[in-house]
Amino acid sequence: MSASWTARAKDLGFRALLLGCVGLCVLLLGLLLVDIVRDGAGQLSFDFLNSFASTNAGQAGVEAALTGTLWLMGICAVFIVPVGVASAIYLEEYADSTKWWNRLIEVNIQNLAAVPSIVYGILGLAFLVRGPLSLGNVVLAGGLTLGLLVLPVVIIAGREAIRAVPPSIREGSLALGATKWQTIWKQVLPASIPGIATGVILALSRAIGETAPLIVVGAATFIAFNPEGLDSQFTALPIQIFDWISRPSNDVNNYKPLAAGGILVLMILLMAMNAVAIWLRNRYERKW
Amino acid sequence: MEAAAASAAAQRAVPVIGAARRRWGETAIRGLLFVAAMISVLTTTGIVVSLLRETIVFFKSVGLFEYLFGTVWTPTFEPASFGVLPLLVGTFLICGIAMLVAVPLGLAAAIYLSEYARPPVRKTVKPVLELLAGVPTIVFGYFALTYFTPNILKDILGLHIDVFNALAAGIIMGFMIVPTVASISEDAMSAVPQSLREGAFGLGASKLHVSLRIVFPAALSGIVASIVLGVSRAVGETMIVLVAAGQVASLSANPNLPHYTITSFIGAQAKGDIPTGSVEYKTIFALGMTLFLITLVMNLISIRFVRKYRQVYE
Repeated sequence: MSASWTARAKDLGFRALLLGCVGLCVLLLGLLLVDIVRDGAGQLSFDFLNSFASTNAGQAGVEAALTGTLWLMGICAVFIVPVGVASAIYLEEYADSTKWWNRLIEVNIQNLAAVPSIVYGILGLAFLVRGPLSLGNVVLAGGLTLGLLVLPVVIIAGREAIRAVPPSIREGSLALGATKWQTIWKQVLPASIPGIATGVILALSRAIGETAPLIVVGAATFIAFNPEGLDSQFTALPIQIFDWISRPSNDVNNYKPLAAGGILVLMILLMAMNAVAIWLRNRYERKW
Repeated sequence: MEAAAASAAAQRAVPVIGAARRRWGETAIRGLLFVAAMISVLTTTGIVVSLLRETIVFFKSVGLFEYLFGTVWTPTFEPASFGVLPLLVGTFLICGIAMLVAVPLGLAAAIYLSEYARPPVRKTVKPVLELLAGVPTIVFGYFALTYFTPNILKDILGLHIDVFNALAAGIIMGFMIVPTVASISEDAMSAVPQSLREGAFGLGASKLHVSLRIVFPAALSGIVASIVLGVSRAVGETMIVLVAAGQVASLSANPNLPHYTITSFIGAQAKGDIPTGSVEYKTIFALGMTLFLITLVMNLISIRFVRKYRQVYE
């Protein structure tokens, strides 16, 4: 071999450096998980899931936060599924990308995906909580704010799923006399549902951990009841965790394990959602 | 006469292609879908309108010059002062620390995944790295405050550091941004045609040379895009700084001390229920506008760079 000894040593060194960098990231992730499990595992119990917030750290639990989070996710899903899928269908099947307004929509969605989440909170505060809609700091306003925040994720995933359906399917359907909408509704959408569902779950798993926009739209930190309707005040898991982290702990009331316990509940929900997404992708993924 | 009639008949015999009649249902559906797609445009409009309305009110009482170049940020104390510089210093100090972590680690991961890793290794390493982007940021904040600062920075590295400090927030934020830098850079590196690599190998170049002198420059626009997007993420990140970086608006660039950022100030103010029209309320919108403009410029730069590398090789 012509490669000199030093060149090969450098090559090996570089490879080790790259592996070291990747290893460092994995190490940090591992440390984080171990730290949280160690701090919070002792909290996980039936009582923790079934108790409301309390100034007495020994009795506090996540019930209101957990149900609040489930309400938020429900509202968010009801909003993002129809709007996101309809936008994706429009952009992939109808939009003529030479028209300036369609290009505007595309660049706009790309940009929205990178707008800081706290800015969505400000939008929610100005338009949903106060201002035109004046809903107040209720669970509906929180859910819609999160919905707007993750809408680009659903649209982008939906477009990819629709694009993956080969044109021959559409052409076959059109040739048999179906209209454009019949083709989309009966052929294209059913074939792209797994991809869309994966996108929706990923969007929800981003929404479930968002804290900053909920702080701004006024999720309350001390709520000792579950939401009773769309116009109910609410708290959510990340908000409850944030509250526990910010409380000064002392010997009588130590809030740190509570925060870690809340984080564990949140991470378990997240992992369950991701597992469903991965299962969906593997189960229904289809090569044309 | 007869010939003309025959040709007219022939013309009539040509079948009509296309819809026999206008389908109003189809048109209505198309309209509905367009309306749905416009919701995202309305979101942007809503953001701009809501920010602008209160920002204009804000600048009626505070001079633009005072805001941009003032060095004291005490909007809620007497005497109130609205110089945003301390917040910008905090924001870009933490962002800078984050990028010092995210750029080398992210690019190393990208080169490893695109040039070195065999497909099965790639298939396991990539999702593990992506997990870093999936962890809720409040969790990173908790980790930075309760583990990274006391156990790693203080005990292992022996730094004299505050409980709340910019360094831990910045480093942890850097790890959060690694997947952003890595995945866009890796996309760009994978888009570099194989023939370029083969040409270099044919001339006797080592893998190190090919990675750094062929693939890296060829993918540069994508790499720049990933870094700019990473900066935009770092500037907009709220919870890590709000939890771990403390709440002091200062011009100091000492990373061992607590620092406010634009986002953490908004978060800290919004925690209480702020009355509409109050100073705090207007301040939040002015800061939101500042943040939106900074990230908007970066996002547009990043979108442009991504388009550039796509045009070259696809």
